[in-house]
Amino acid sequence: MSARVTIVDYGLGNLHSVIKAFRYLGANVEIATDAQGLLAAPRLVVPGVGAFADGMQGLRARGQDAALRRRAAEGCPILGICLGAQLLLAAGEEFGRHEGLGLIAGTVRRIPDQGVKVPHVGWNRLWPPADDAERWRGSLLAATAPGTWAYFIHSYHAVPEDPAAVLAIARHGPHVITAAVRQQRIVGCQFHPEKSGPAGLAMLQAFLAEPA
Amino acid sequence: MLCKRVIVCLDVRAGLVTKGVRFQGNVDLGDPVEFAARYDAQGADELVFYDITASAEKRTLFLDVVRRVAERIFIPFAVGGGIRDLETMRAVLLAGAEKVSINSPAVRDPELITRGARAFGSQCIVLGMDVRRCSPSRDIPSGYEVVIDGGRTPTGRDAVAWAKEAVARGAGEICLNAIDTDGVRQGYELRVTRLIADAVAVPVIASGGGGEPAHCVAAVTEGGADAALVASMVHYGHYTVGDIKLAMRAAGVPVRPLFAAAATPPAACQQAPDSS
Repeated sequence: MSARVTIVDYGLGNLHSVIKAFRYLGANVEIATDAQGLLAAPRLVVPGVGAFADGMQGLRARGQDAALRRRAAEGCPILGICLGAQLLLAAGEEFGRHEGLGLIAGTVRRIPDQGVKVPHVGWNRLWPPADDAERWRGSLLAATAPGTWAYFIHSYHAVPEDPAAVLAIARHGPHVITAAVRQQRIVGCQFHPEKSGPAGLAMLQAFLAEPA
Repeated sequence: MLCKRVIVCLDVRAGLVTKGVRFQGNVDLGDPVEFAARYDAQGADELVFYDITASAEKRTLFLDVVRRVAERIFIPFAVGGGIRDLETMRAVLLAGAEKVSINSPAVRDPELITRGARAFGSQCIVLGMDVRRCSPSRDIPSGYEVVIDGGRTPTGRDAVAWAKEAVARGAGEICLNAIDTDGVRQGYELRVTRLIADAVAVPVIASGGGGEPAHCVAAVTEGGADAALVASMVHYGHYTVGDIKLAMRAAGVPVRPLFAAAATPPAACQQAPDSS
């Protein structure tokens, strides 16, 4: 039986790339446009392109924020992508300070632009965080070689309070950008695995293999 | 470190890839999905599809192309041509594109950039601009004038000033096409590329004139561009994207290889994420 995955539709664009990637991998993809659809889902994906406040507003208007918190507490595997990863944090600073889902303590901040171009757009390499090269071993990135290229397109990134929540980093000029965050079974990828070629598809495959 | 990108541009007319020379005379080349798959396999970092028919009746056909590409290709791509409102932006983003490129409609209605960036984020909004060399004047000090409608209509606007305004309004990237060199494969217009790349803080894509790998190298070195957009040099089989990347790498330009190998993390990774 093909693995089931539920994509959280909270009204912002670019759901379809994620859906197509999971379908390409043979998953049974469901799309949840309300809170109800999240409650029985074995695996949840929060995609998204757009501004932080709009994203939270979309989740809140559908009651999906509470549903996501509940599923997180129940140990459901959750994968956030790009804006979806940022929404996992407690707060965001895009167009003013806004409350996030709070599943991971920390703030989403603008990438420092001294000496580099922002948005950070293009292919960059994923590296383990300096303090713990082994951290990504037990995660979705377990099969991903350090230095693998991934596609990024963003101006903000997550800065978790606990450095142990940083799963992967990328370098942008002199700056270190958070490429992935993790808290137990919740993972957020700042890059787009669904647009990162075979290496990205392998990460999505690993997410489908997470026990529900 | 962010690498320099090679972006393949596909003009699509009535559902087929086509290539024109200086906006006149087009030759139909084939199925966009087949082209996309070929360039993905060659290591293209990104694709751009321009709907050059851009009429309402052909829009459905074009959206179908976008959808079919998104089902088979798992690298980023942008869509341009005839995008004048948020509804069309939403439609192509929902069909699977990462970004929309807006050109003439943004000159006529600069608020379109602002609204698009607000609705979908700056990273989604690429300002496409066509520029033509002219004598420097008080109104056009850079000596490059913005032209619209595929080069047919001069605007009297300075290219550098327009690029800065578009970025201030929320454009996340600029695709700079030099009309004088477009389609003639003699190299990019490096001077205006450098002027724009130095003037704005967002990535700049050099377009118009790529005919051999050395031109792409020059665009990202001398021209200061973040990416080189290529079309005819790869469409006709003269070169592959791999040829271009090999030339870039040989010139010391960081590129994403076809088969990314693992390596030792650079020393600069030995820090915590920036929080400034």
